[in-house]
Amino acid sequence: MREALVQASYLLASVLFILSLKSLSRADTAARGVDLAVAGMAIAIVGTLMQQTIIDYRWIALGLGVGTVVGIPLGTRVPMTAMPQRIAIALTFGASAATLVGIAEYHDHRETLALGQRIAVAFEVMLGSLTVAGSFVAAGKLQEVLPSKPLTYRGQNAVNFGLLAVILVILGAVVAGKGGMPMFYTLVTLAFIAGASLVLPIGGADMPVVVALLNSYSGLASAATGFAISNNVLLVSGALDGASGFLLSMLMSKAMNRSFTNVLFGAFGSQTQVVAVGAGSDLVATPISAEDAAVQLAYASNVVVVPGYGMAVAQAQHQVRELAELIEKRGGEVRYAIHPVAGRMPGHMNVLLAEANIPYDKLYDMDEINGDLSRADVALIIGANDVVNPAARTDPTSPIYGMPILNVDEAKSVIVLKRGMSVGFAGIDNMLFYQPRTRMLFGDAKASLVKLVTEIKAL
Amino acid sequence: MQAYVFVLAGFVGFLVIARVPPLLHTPLMSATNAISGISLVGSLVAAGAGRSVVSTVLGTVAVTAATINVVGGFIITRRMLGMFKRSDRRPSGAPKV
Repeated sequence: MREALVQASYLLASVLFILSLKSLSRADTAARGVDLAVAGMAIAIVGTLMQQTIIDYRWIALGLGVGTVVGIPLGTRVPMTAMPQRIAIALTFGASAATLVGIAEYHDHRETLALGQRIAVAFEVMLGSLTVAGSFVAAGKLQEVLPSKPLTYRGQNAVNFGLLAVILVILGAVVAGKGGMPMFYTLVTLAFIAGASLVLPIGGADMPVVVALLNSYSGLASAATGFAISNNVLLVSGALDGASGFLLSMLMSKAMNRSFTNVLFGAFGSQTQVVAVGAGSDLVATPISAEDAAVQLAYASNVVVVPGYGMAVAQAQHQVRELAELIEKRGGEVRYAIHPVAGRMPGHMNVLLAEANIPYDKLYDMDEINGDLSRADVALIIGANDVVNPAARTDPTSPIYGMPILNVDEAKSVIVLKRGMSVGFAGIDNMLFYQPRTRMLFGDAKASLVKLVTEIKAL
Repeated sequence: MQAYVFVLAGFVGFLVIARVPPLLHTPLMSATNAISGISLVGSLVAAGAGRSVVSTVLGTVAVTAATINVVGGFIITRRMLGMFKRSDRRPSGAPKV
C-alpha cells in the first residue's frame, strides 16, 4: 500500500514536470509553470520520505537544511548577468548528487547488482563526474576566474581522445564486474579529468553550446540514476533534462554555424585566424557624432536595436531602455532584434533586456524580424559584430560563411556603437562598417548611449 | 520497462521543449535544472537507509547538493520570469507588424 502511494506520488510529479515545461511555451503562462514544478517536487519528496527503506532522518534533515541555507542566496542574490555561470554551478551540484548516489549504490550493492544496473551505475558516475568537472571549469571561465581564452597545447585532441578511449575500456571493465572498487574509482577520477580537459580548450563565446551540452549530460546522468535504482520519476526528469540540453545545444551550434559533431568532439573556438579585409585596402568607415546620431534616431519612425554581448558587458541595458522610451515618446517604434547566440547562454539577452524593464513583446527572434529589417529607418548595433556581418551571406571564403545572421545591412541606415575598429570574436573584419549607409559612433557603449539620451532630450 | 519510460519521456520532452520560444530559453534551462534536483529522491534514500557509513556520508552531501539546486533553482526561475512583462501602452508611431 505504502509502496503504491510512493509510486503514485512519482507519477503525479512526472506529470506536473511535463505540464510545467509545457507552460514555458508562452511568457504569460511560464510563471505558473514554475509553481506546477514546485508542487511536483514537493509531492515527490514527501512520497520518498514515506518509503520504508528510510529509517534515519537526522542526516536527511541536515542535508535539506544546509542545502536550503545555501540555495536561497543563490536564488535571490545572483544577478542576471551572472546567469550562465549560475547555471554551470547548478550543473556541478546536480551532477555531484548523481555521481555520489552512484558511488554509494556501487559501494553497498556491487556484489548483487544485475548487469543492467551495473551498466546504469557505470554511465551514471562517468557522465556525472565528467559534468561536475566540465561545468566547474565552464563556470570558472564564465566568471573569468579562469582565462576565458581557449587553453590549447599541441596534441590536445589526441590526448583527449586517448583519455576517452581509456575511460571506455574501464567503463567496460566496471560493467563486466571486474576490478572492484579501485576500478570503479579510477572511472570516476578519469571522467573527472576528462571533463576538465574537454572544456579547458573552449573559448568564452562558445560557452552557450557547452553549457547546453553539459546540461544534457547532467540529465542523462540523472536518468542513469533512475535506471540504477529503478526510480521512474528520476528517469522522466532526467530524460526531460537531457532532451532540453540536447535540443538547445543543437540550436546553438546551428546558430554558430558549427556542425554538431564539431561541438561534440571539441576543438572549437581554437581555430580562429585573423582575416582583415579592411586593413590594407582603402576602405574607410565613416564616423558620426553623438549629436548627428541623436537627430537621426529622434526623427526615425522605425528603429531596430541589435544588442550584443558588448552591451551586456558595459551593463548598458538600462540606458538602451531610456533611449528607446525617448524615441517612442517622439512617435517612433523601437524593436529589438536578438540573435540566438547574443549573450553567453541560450536566451540570455532576452533576460537581460527583460530585467531592464523592456517589454518582452518588443523582443524579436532573428527569424521573426529578418524579413522586416529592410523597413527599418535606423538599425542601432550595440556591441554586436559577427552576428551582423554580411560576409556570412556573401563571402564563401569567410570563416563564418553560412552562419545565420541578422540582415541589418538591408536597413535604410545603420549606426554602430563600437569602441574601436577591432574585429569580433571570429577575428574577421565586418564589411557592414564600410557600407555607405553605415555610421560609426565610437566610444564605450554606455557612455555613447548616455550622450545620445542627453542629445535627444535637448532637441 | 524502464527503457520504455525513458524513451517516451525523452520523446515527450523533445516535443514540449521544441515549442519553447528562444525568448524563454534561459528560464527553460534554469527550470530544467531545478527539476533535475529531483535526484534528491535518490539521495534521500542513500542518506537515510542506514546501509553503510559511506552511503550515509555521500548521501548527505548529495542531499545538500540537490537541495541547493531545487531551492535556488526554483527561486531564480521564478524571479527571472517575474521580469518578463508585456508593454501596456502601444507605441503611437508605426503599427506593429
